[in-house]
Amino acid sequence: MIDILALTIILGGVFFYMTGSIGLIRLPDLFSRLHALSKADNTGLALITLGIAMLEPDKILIFKLILVWLLMLAASAISSHLIAKHALSGGKQDD
Amino acid sequence: MTEWLWLFLDLTLILLLLTLAWLTCATHNNQKGVTYFIAFGLLLALAWARLKAPDLALAEAVIGAGISGALLLAAIKHDDDAQSVNKLPSIKLWMVNLLTVALATLMGWGVWHGLELSDGNRLADQVLAQVPESGVTNPVTAVLLNFRAYDTLLELAVVLTAVLAVLTLNPMRKTYVPAEPILQTMLSWLVPLLVVTSGYLLWVGAHAPGGAFQAGALLASALILLQLAQPTAYQAINLNWMRFLLIVGIAVFVSVGLLMMFLNTAFLGYSSSWSGILILVIETAATFSIASALAIAYMGGRPDGWETFETSTSSGHQGGKHS
Repeated sequence: MIDILALTIILGGVFFYMTGSIGLIRLPDLFSRLHALSKADNTGLALITLGIAMLEPDKILIFKLILVWLLMLAASAISSHLIAKHALSGGKQDD
Repeated sequence: MTEWLWLFLDLTLILLLLTLAWLTCATHNNQKGVTYFIAFGLLLALAWARLKAPDLALAEAVIGAGISGALLLAAIKHDDDAQSVNKLPSIKLWMVNLLTVALATLMGWGVWHGLELSDGNRLADQVLAQVPESGVTNPVTAVLLNFRAYDTLLELAVVLTAVLAVLTLNPMRKTYVPAEPILQTMLSWLVPLLVVTSGYLLWVGAHAPGGAFQAGALLASALILLQLAQPTAYQAINLNWMRFLLIVGIAVFVSVGLLMMFLNTAFLGYSSSWSGILILVIETAATFSIASALAIAYMGGRPDGWETFETSTSSGHQGGKHS
């Protein structure tokens, strides 16, 4: 039972990742692309982490999974912020 | 069902790796090439993980994709004439191609030869049989720091030599403007975490994937992040300590080797009851050396005030920067 639930959640995560990737390719400008990437991918990552954590019996590994999730959340939020800020302040490349 | 899924995943991985390798070589824009190369490194780490070689996966992710990527990005930023690679005269280009093909053939033959050997002759079996005597339980660490410790010592020497060349050639690149508060806040969380993780990798290397190279590279990435976001914090580092850390890996390695030569019979021939501790000591020293070497390589040359030997210079520098 829990297997099916976990698998459904993981598939949901994969769906969000795919949506984010399609957004990255299809959307017209940098800001909407960033929007698609950071929003959809973070949801996808959260769902996949949740799904894997449900399948994992080892408590320490679950803790590590959550740690990975938090780190990637922070990294993606801040890198999106930096890219957006850089694009707002002018040039696409700084050299 | 699961086997088919794995097969599908593996084939996708191989296809992506080949495509990215081709794109890396074929693109005429160096910035794109480096981006492809970083993506290639991350996928290669996945491939190593699939081959059940987590040590290599870690090393590839941290050093191959992370540090090399950062070094390459810094190099093309520095170099205005970025297209110079493509301007090689055709005869030289053909010589490079020929050399690459020859090397690839040789390595392919090596892999094929390794696969063809019968099970009894494989090196892996012999290594696994000897691991209990090495002082550590992780076979990779046993090979790197015990059975083939001589190779690792020479690798450290190569790293040191490369850094000496970097120090001789240039003063360091000009630093960036301090980053925004949000990145600095993240780094104040991230850098301590990186230091702890590096210590963890160093310690865990005795019985699980990890070790001096991965730990050192992770520590170096903390220093590189600091250099990117807070140049002033980076300038506060005492350069005499930096000098000491650069050579401590080799120094400890050679001293242990010589000590073992006097106590036992051979250079680096550990006494079996001590080997675990000796390996940990060597790895700790090597971690610091690798970290400082990679950090200096990223700076691209001598830090400010490297030529002067007095300790007062660096502390005076620091005081000046903070006022």
